[in-house]
Parts: sequence; structure tokens; C-alpha cells
Amino acid sequence: MQSHILSIILFAPLVGALFLLFVPKENKDAIRWIANIFALAGFLVSLPLVPMFWAQRFEPGFKFVEGAAGNWIPSIGAGYVLGIDGISFLLIMLTTLLGWISILSSWTAIENRVKEYYIWFLFLQTGMLGVFMALDFFLFFVFWEAMLVPMYLLIGIWGGPRKLYAAIKFFLYTLAGSVLMLLGILFLYFHHHSVTNPQVYTFSIVELYHTAPQIYSDYGPRVATLLFLSFFFAFAIKVPMFPFHTWLPDAHVEAPTAGSVILAGVLLKMGTYGFIRFSLPFFPNVMTNPATLLGMTVRGWMIFLSLVGIIYGALVSLMQKDMKKLVAYSSVSHLGFCTLGIFALTPLGLSGSVLQQINHGISTGALFLIVGILYERRHTREIAEYGGISNVMPIYATITMIMFLSSMGLPLLNGFVGEFTILQGTFMENWKWGAWAVPGVVLAAAYLLWLYQRVFFGTVTNPKNEKLNDLTPREVATFVPLLIMAFWIGLYPKPFFQILEQPVNHTIAMVRPDYPQPAVNAAAPTAPLVVPASGVPTTTTPSAASTSAPPKMKGTK
Amino acid sequence: MVWTDYLLALPITLLTLFALGILLIDFMLPKEMKWANAVTALIGVGFSAAGVYKIQLWMNGSPGTLGMLRTMLVDHFALYFWYLFLAATAIAILMSVRYLETEHENHGEYYALMLLAVAGMMCMAAGFDIVLIFIGLELMAISTYVLVGFLRRDRRSNEAALKYLLLGAFSSGIFAYGLSLLYGLTGSTNLGVIQQELARHVMNSDYKPVAVVALLTTITGLLFKIAAIPFHQWAPDAYEGAPTSITGFMSVAVKAAGWAMLLRILVVGLIPMRAIWVPLLVFVSIATMTGANFAALTQTNTKRLLAYSSIAHVGYMLLGLIAGTATQLSPDGIKGILIYLLVYTFTNLGAFAVITALRHRNVIGDELEDLNGLYSRAPVEAVLMLVFMLSLAGIPPLAGFWGKYFIFLSLIESGHYALASLGVLYSVFGLYYYLKIANAMFMGKVEESEERLPISLSMRTALAVTGIATLYIGLLPNRFIEMVNWALGIAQHPNVARLTQ
Repeated sequence: MQSHILSIILFAPLVGALFLLFVPKENKDAIRWIANIFALAGFLVSLPLVPMFWAQRFEPGFKFVEGAAGNWIPSIGAGYVLGIDGISFLLIMLTTLLGWISILSSWTAIENRVKEYYIWFLFLQTGMLGVFMALDFFLFFVFWEAMLVPMYLLIGIWGGPRKLYAAIKFFLYTLAGSVLMLLGILFLYFHHHSVTNPQVYTFSIVELYHTAPQIYSDYGPRVATLLFLSFFFAFAIKVPMFPFHTWLPDAHVEAPTAGSVILAGVLLKMGTYGFIRFSLPFFPNVMTNPATLLGMTVRGWMIFLSLVGIIYGALVSLMQKDMKKLVAYSSVSHLGFCTLGIFALTPLGLSGSVLQQINHGISTGALFLIVGILYERRHTREIAEYGGISNVMPIYATITMIMFLSSMGLPLLNGFVGEFTILQGTFMENWKWGAWAVPGVVLAAAYLLWLYQRVFFGTVTNPKNEKLNDLTPREVATFVPLLIMAFWIGLYPKPFFQILEQPVNHTIAMVRPDYPQPAVNAAAPTAPLVVPASGVPTTTTPSAASTSAPPKMKGTK
Repeated sequence: MVWTDYLLALPITLLTLFALGILLIDFMLPKEMKWANAVTALIGVGFSAAGVYKIQLWMNGSPGTLGMLRTMLVDHFALYFWYLFLAATAIAILMSVRYLETEHENHGEYYALMLLAVAGMMCMAAGFDIVLIFIGLELMAISTYVLVGFLRRDRRSNEAALKYLLLGAFSSGIFAYGLSLLYGLTGSTNLGVIQQELARHVMNSDYKPVAVVALLTTITGLLFKIAAIPFHQWAPDAYEGAPTSITGFMSVAVKAAGWAMLLRILVVGLIPMRAIWVPLLVFVSIATMTGANFAALTQTNTKRLLAYSSIAHVGYMLLGLIAGTATQLSPDGIKGILIYLLVYTFTNLGAFAVITALRHRNVIGDELEDLNGLYSRAPVEAVLMLVFMLSLAGIPPLAGFWGKYFIFLSLIESGHYALASLGVLYSVFGLYYYLKIANAMFMGKVEESEERLPISLSMRTALAVTGIATLYIGLLPNRFIEMVNWALGIAQHPNVARLTQ
């Protein structure tokens, strides 16, 4: 029997949006209450997923699969198929949590056109969840594109002074990447049709996992590389990787606070998720192809762009005068770590990368909330306007400190675990890559602590800041779950690594069947879904994996 | 003439009768009863649709029937287009009622001409003889010339009608010249015979250069009618000057008829010359996408902007004809064109319906500025317009996506990767000007004094139908894809060939 929990989680926000349509728009408080109730409900319905998923975390393959291939549009072979593994599970939980928090944080920030705002926001929530759940490429693409519209409107209507420019830039940039991906998807679709017997047209991701890697041998490295690039542009723009990041500062700075939280917390992760879910398993040979492209291998380029992103993002952050822009550029740097971890192609690097994506959602989401709170009170984000805020807003200053430390990767907090694991995985592969990434950690500490010093320390220099109110209980409530998560991941990341173990090992096995996996991973489950090109599917012993994995992971702390 | 002939001509006959009927009743109607003309026209469309349905039942699954002295081929392809024309006309009539009152031009001729134009279109879609096709074309074109100039007191409307008439007549002349050459080469006006003769004799004989001239002139005429660059000059002026409801009608029904004719002639009659016309279409398609998308960027008049956007869409649709090998068409490409025309009918009519609704009292409502803050004046219409714009831009899950999807699919299938990439990038480019409209509606400056827009019941119906169709086709396209598969008789060469013998 199929479980419908994913559909319920997916459509809960949409139901809220449709319900809001019937509430008169003058009744702002009622709209706020209803939107918050639905947002909270959207989070609460996702909670039962946690124990359910935990129980089968080591089992291979996608879990909670719903729908059947080709049941949506039979004539083209597109289906409504949902399913998750550990990677998407964590991202879904992050999405539902951040969705609730950002709607809660908008209570006073949005004053005009309240009804529309919440409707679009809930709409966006469904779109994002769909991206992480879809197991059908077509469904994925529909969610991927459909989600752009509400985000465009959120930036364009409720944004800052240059909102129109930022909104259009965001929309056009992302669309440009994704239409090329559509062509890539169609190529895979026809290739699948031509190699299967009997010939089938399908967009099922699980099916395409079998055939897509053959493109390299069927059409040659050149075509495979071009296809990889068609996906790469879509994902790299979304992440954003240097040099495709230029939409990000504009979109972040102009978006309303909650929009920035979602943008940084969830939207950017779609790019990295795409790399892990599609680029790596579809084009394993492109990753390991020794042939060079403009003097570097494809993988070399990915690593290079990630490293440039880490350093460049951090350096630019250092120079910002606007707090929000600083946080925006810090995202470029942090996401550089995530892509570095992915393309290191080691289990450690990959699981660190996913964990770091979650961490980034928590920490940077919180940083945007922090900036938003000051902005709501003073309507400026200029760093020079502030100083000595810790004297007037002590609770706020404390929470900010914790979140800054989490973002810069202080041990005992979440950021450290993620970054350290990524660096560990990268060093195992090539110590030089790791060495180039390390300055990013140092620079992160520099720009964040310097920001903290300028805004919070000292005496209150600007008379306008003397009467600032400290956080309201509602505002504190938005931070509590994030703080809990930050400490939890920082102190006891074992459950998270356990959840990631199976999908990460499986992905690496798909990309590098011959990778000398560590002892713990030798017995790791290999899903029967996909037989590695040169490997024999190993039978799985979950108990062995679960007992042997933790010690290895503990070393990261 | 046999009984079958009367049956096949039934929808056309009904339309003509109703058109003449409207002209007769119109005299007797007092000024405040003029809406009855629209009702009569709608009933006529309904009867005609019932006639089409009757034919569909009678055909009972057979691929097609030749009738009217072998001049008319009623196959699924023709039926598909007939339904499409009738649906577009019904929506356009609903859009017109209030608009004509506001313009003080509420005359019965308007609806009569519309029905006659549809009768012409039906001849174009079902014509299997170049004479019938040409007569249908002229019937449609002449009716449309008058409709474009229907706002007698408006100088723009008059100017548009004159330009359209002159250029239209010119292109018809070139087209007729090409057809006469084809007749001279093959000795027949029947498309099936033309195809056989071209394939068997002409292409291997000394007359090949003449055949190429015939192809060039014919294709020029065809491209004029669908407004592809470089034969598009009439479109922006005619679209801008015409009454808005007629602009909508022209941009979908007239264009679909042009496409039906183009497909009949290129895919049936001139298919032996495919190797020659494909490179031509590649050039025209790239020029159309490039020129129209760039020209649309700078427009400040909404109707003109949509005119350029519809030219750009022709560019994408032409790609569907290019897909395939040197001698063989890609069925997916034709499918893409048919789906494109279907979704485009609802989406574009919907967009023009919103612009028509903006016309009230002294406001013409076709400037981009007139859309400013539309959301606060008419939220439902603004959201619908957003849906239409995104659908035109091809954002899933809206109907417009499916047209583009099948076009690009056919290109990838047949290995035209460069053209496919160019096409998708231009569609991103196109999003920019569609967003300009969305920006004005949702983010433009709101003038507080503006009251809510008065929207008539018939207009509401038109908006509801187009809006629901755009969403429904977008979300659950399966039924429509199957419908198009059913209609794809044109690609079934064996059947067509069998019928002509």
C-alpha cells in the first residue's frame, strides 16, 4: 500500500493558499493567523515523517514512493511520482521548518497587500517541496519552474527600492539556466527510448539512472560533456556558483526578509540538490573523464569554481557596507564549500556537503532574520548607522552572536561539523583543494566578527538607536528552533550522518564504482535500483552499517 | 453533388446562413437590442459546431473523406481546425458585445463578417484544391479587412485597414501567381496530384527551376498570412489599429487558418520539395524569432507588444516544420504546431480579452501604462493576465509550455540541437517583455482615484473560459495531446495518397 504522507506534506501549504483566497483582504489579522496556522500545520504534518524515516534510514532506494511512472500524462510518459531518500528528507524538513519560521517572521514586516503575500508564500512552499520530492524528471521540472513565479512576485511587490530590476533579473537568470536543462532532459528521454528494449518513453528518474550513464559510451565524451553542461548551467545559476552569482546579491538585498530567508535557506539548495541527484549519477564518466576543457578537466573546473566562489564571496563580504549584502555574499562563499564537497566525490565530502547545506539554511536563514529585525526597527541596513546595539538589545545581541559563531564554523555549533567534514573529504582526495578552501573559513570569521564589532560593540553612537526595543516573544520564537538545531547538529551530528549514509554511499558508488570505500562503507547498502556499471550489487547488512558507521563519523567532531 | 457533399459543407453553409440572417435581422433591431446580433452569431457558431460534430460521428473513425468534386478533404485535421476556429470565434464574440457598445459601433455587420470569415477559414483548413483554398483565403481576408477598419471614427483603425488591405492584396497576388505556376507545372489544382506530379516528373525534369520559383512565390504568400519576418510588416499596424476584440480574433483564428493552409500546402502538396523549403524556413524562423523578440522589447503599446509576441510565436512554430530529416517530417513537430495553435488560441484570446476589458469611457486602455495598478482595480483580471503572460512565455505548468515543449522535443529528436538551444534562449528573452506587463499590473503605481473596472457578464464568461482552459490544458494536457494525435491525419501520407487516387 502506498503511503501518502509526501503528498500531504506537499499540498498542505497549497491548501492554505486556496483557503486564504476566500478570506476578505481587509481582515489582515485573520489572514495572518490563518497563514501562520497553515504554515505551522505544514511543519507539523512533516514531523511524523521523522520517526517513519528514521526506522528505515539504512534501507536502500527511495522511500515513501507514491504514484507510478507515466500516470500523469501517459502519452508522453510523465508521472506524478514522489519519493525521498536521506538527502531529500533533510532538505524537506529544512524547507517545512524555514517556511513556518519565515511566515511567522513576516507578521509585522508586511503591512500592505497582506493576503496576496501569504498566498504567494504558501504557493512557493509547495513548489519548493515538490522539487525535493519529485522522482519524475518532468514533475521536477514543472516544480522547478513554477516556483520561480511566486518568488518573482515576492521580490517584485514587497521588495526594496530596486525590486523590479532584482525580480526580473532573478527570473530571467534562473529561467535561462533551466530551459537548457529541459533540452538536456529531452535528450536523456530520447536516449532512454532508443536503448531500452522494449522501447519506453519515460521521465522516471530511477529509470534514467540506468541509461543516462551510457550516453558517454553511446555518443562519446563530447556530447556527454555538453549534456552535463546543460544541467550544470541550471544548477550553477541556482546555487549560485561563481561566476553565475550576480543575480544573488540583487535578489537578496531587494527581497523582503522572509523572502531572503527562503531564498538563502531553501532555493539555493535546489542547485546543490540537483548536482547530487542528477549531475553526478547521470554523468559519472564526465566527472572522471581525464580529457580537458580549456586546460582543466570538467571536475577540475567544478572544484576551481567552487574554490574561487569560497574566496571571492568571502573577500567581497569583507568589503560590504550593507549588512544584507554582506550576508548575501557570505552565501556565495558557503555554497562554494557545499559544491566543493560534492565534487570532491568522496562519501565524507558529500555527506559534509549535504549537512552544510542544512547548516547554511539554519545559520544564514537566521542571519537574514537578524538583519530583518534591525531593518524593521530602523529601516536601514547600513552598517555605519549602527554601533553599540548590544547595550539596548541584549537578547538580540546574544542570539546574533550564537548565529554568527555558527555561521563561521565554531566547534560545538553546526557550521563546524559541516565544514570540517567537507574539508576532511576534500583533503582525502587532494590536499591542495582543501588548502585553498581553508582561508574561506578564516575570512568568514573575519567578516562576521568585524560586522559584529561594528554593529554591536562599543557605545551607542547614533542617537536614533537609543530607543530600540529588544526582541518580542514572537521574534524570539522564530529563533528558538534554529538555535536548537544549531546546537543539536553541533553537539550530536550522528543521527544526521546516519540518515545521509545510505544515499551518499550509493551516490558515490554510482559515480565511482571503483572508489576504494572506507571499511565502514564496504558493507554499505547498494540499492538494487541501480547496478554500478562495473560493480556487482552487494547485499546489504544494515546492522553492520549502523554499528560501524558512527565511530568513523565521530572523528569529525 | 451527392448527399455527402451537402453534409461536408454543412458547417460552412450554416455559418453563411446565420451571417446573412444577422444582416437581415439587424435592420429590425432597435438600438438597445443590438446584443441580439451577438446572440444570433453565437447560436450560429453553436449550430455550426453541431454540424462539425455530426460529420465527426458520420466519419466514424475513417481517416477522411473527399467531397465537393474532390476539392475538399474532410479529415481529422480539418475537423480539429474547424473546432478550433469555432471556439476562438465564440470567445471573440463574447469579448465584443460590451466593447462595440462602448465604441458606438454596434452593427450587425460585425458579427456577420466574423461568421463569413470563419466560413472562409473552414475552406482553407479543409481545402484539398488550391482554388478552394484560395477562395477561402480571400473570403476570410476580405472580411477581416473590413473588420480591422470597423472603428470608422478612429484614424488608427482606418489606417490599419488600408495597410492591411494593400499588403494583403499584394501577398494574395504573389500567392496566386505561385499557385498558377504549380497548376501549369502539374496540370492539376488538386494538392494530391500536385504532390505526385512534382515527385514523379517535375523535380527530375528541366522544369525544376520553375518549380522553385513556384515554391518561392507560394511560400511568400503563406508566410505573409502567418506574419513571419520578413513578411510581417502589416501585423503590428493592423493589430494596433483594429478593434481589440478583432485583434484577438485575428491573432488566433486568422492565424490558425493561415497555418492550416500552410500545413496543407507544404506538407501535402509541396512535400517533394522539402529539401528546398527547409533551409528557407530555417532562415525565416531565426529571423522571425530574432526580429520579433527584439522589436517587442521596446514597445509601449500593449496591442503592439502582443503583435510582436505573436510574430515571435510564429518563429517557434516554424521550428516544428523544420524538425525531421531532409525528406521526412517529424510527426512530433506537426503535433507541436497543432498543440501550439490550440493553447495559443485560449491564452492569446484571454490576454486580448483583458485588454478589451480595459476599454471603458474615455480610456482606450491599450497602452502599457493603462495596466498600471490593474491589480487593485480588477484583481481577478490581473491574475488572469499574469497567467496568460506566463503561459505565453512558456512557464510550466501553464498551457503555453506544451506548445513549446513539443516543438523543442521534435528538434531534439531529430538532432537540431543548435536550433533548439536558440529557440529556448529566445523564449527566455521573451519572458522579459511579458514580465513588463506583469510588472505594470502588480507593481506599477496605483492611482487611488481609480474605481473598479466594470466588466460585463459576457466578458467574464470569455475570461473564465480562456483562463480555465489555460490552466486545465497546462495541468492535465493528456486529453489534448491525444486529441492532437487524433487530428494528425496530415502526417498519414498513405491515407491521403489513397484518397486522391
